[in-house]
Amino acid sequence: MMEFSFWDIVRNLLMAMRWTIGLSMIAFIGGGLVGLLLVLLRQSKSAFMNLLATTYVQIFQGIPLLVQLFLAYYGLGLFGINASPWVAASIGLTLYTSAFLCEIWRGCIASIPKGQWEASASLALSFYEQMRYIIFPQAMKIAVAPTVGFLVQVIKGTALASVIGFMELTKVSKTIANATFNPFLVFSCVALMYFLLCYPVSLYAKHLERKMHVHR
Amino acid sequence: MNVQLDFAAVLSEWPLLLTGVAWTLGLTIASVIIGTLLGIGGAWVRARGFGSDMAPAWLKAVVTGYVELIRNTPFIVQLFFIFFGLPAAGFKLSAEMASLIAMVVNLGAYATEIIRAGLEATPKGHIEAAQSLALSRRQIFLWVALPPALHKIWPSLVSQIIIVMLGSSVCGQISTEELSYAADLIQSRNFRSFEAFIVVGALYLLLSVMMRYALNWLGATFLFGRR
Repeated sequence: MMEFSFWDIVRNLLMAMRWTIGLSMIAFIGGGLVGLLLVLLRQSKSAFMNLLATTYVQIFQGIPLLVQLFLAYYGLGLFGINASPWVAASIGLTLYTSAFLCEIWRGCIASIPKGQWEASASLALSFYEQMRYIIFPQAMKIAVAPTVGFLVQVIKGTALASVIGFMELTKVSKTIANATFNPFLVFSCVALMYFLLCYPVSLYAKHLERKMHVHR
Repeated sequence: MNVQLDFAAVLSEWPLLLTGVAWTLGLTIASVIIGTLLGIGGAWVRARGFGSDMAPAWLKAVVTGYVELIRNTPFIVQLFFIFFGLPAAGFKLSAEMASLIAMVVNLGAYATEIIRAGLEATPKGHIEAAQSLALSRRQIFLWVALPPALHKIWPSLVSQIIIVMLGSSVCGQISTEELSYAADLIQSRNFRSFEAFIVVGALYLLLSVMMRYALNWLGATFLFGRR
């Protein structure tokens, strides 16, 4: 029987926090790339592509992340891929993030005045050029604050990866709580760690938002 | 590669699924009612022009701390803290009770911020008009400021309620018999894990779509019908 000192608990939790941060980054970057693709589909003139992206977003926003992670985990296994929790969690969280980022960015693009589209079209810019030189630069400025705000949701979302056995902060904390018989202390520490991780991001998002409104 | 899906094995366990839906809906409805009331209270304390100018400083600090703490920690950790942590400190709770408390506390924090935004958008003229009619502060808050504020933020609140409903899937982790727990139980009986979660996922999707319609209709018909 091993004795856990307070420092042991904190040290183990800090080690586990690396995985939480790593998974958040994978989900955020992967989700950003897929989300970008989805936004482009939403802007395309093909009704089918539009419907495809809309349905995708609806499905991933209407199903709990927990169920999505289980689906990714068991689904990959079913199709003969020996998925580690690591891979399943990355895929599940990436898809989840992409749906939400798509919706956020779509809103930002929709808030660009229609005249910008018309003016650029009258200059004979192609769809790609309109996007690249006229719409995206303006939409990106609006998008920064809500995107950073959503990062908090992603970090909190990684806590659910614990249910498919991924050894991140929440899973490790449950294991330690079982080993030390001190769940009160352990879960307090974990909550504090998530808070320390998320709160600065929240504050930064709020700051960005405030800064943007000054310009108007 | 040959993948065979067997949904019949999952659907034949429909009583479990039905129980799951009932628990999910019941927990959501209960937490929405209590959580919104909590949110209204919190919003009064936080809103400029209301509690923010008159509530005691310690109360403001408590509510601000509560909102920030809940909004910046994962729901699953809040749930584990309540279910595993609090008993160690002397509060014994059943899984269902712990789930309900966690959902109420969670929704309360988000509702506070949402309703506060609505309250702060109250036109100053409304309050001045009410004051000139000699309404008390409590009357002004309850009858002049709050109804239009709720009306304005109702769509955001509906979205948050649906997020809470989807979040309740986590409560299965502490053996509350809601929908995702049913999926877990079914797959442990017939090993059809992928199908079980597909079915449950579809049910959640259905629930969230229906709930959005129902709440929007409810808001338009009953809560804010008179215009």
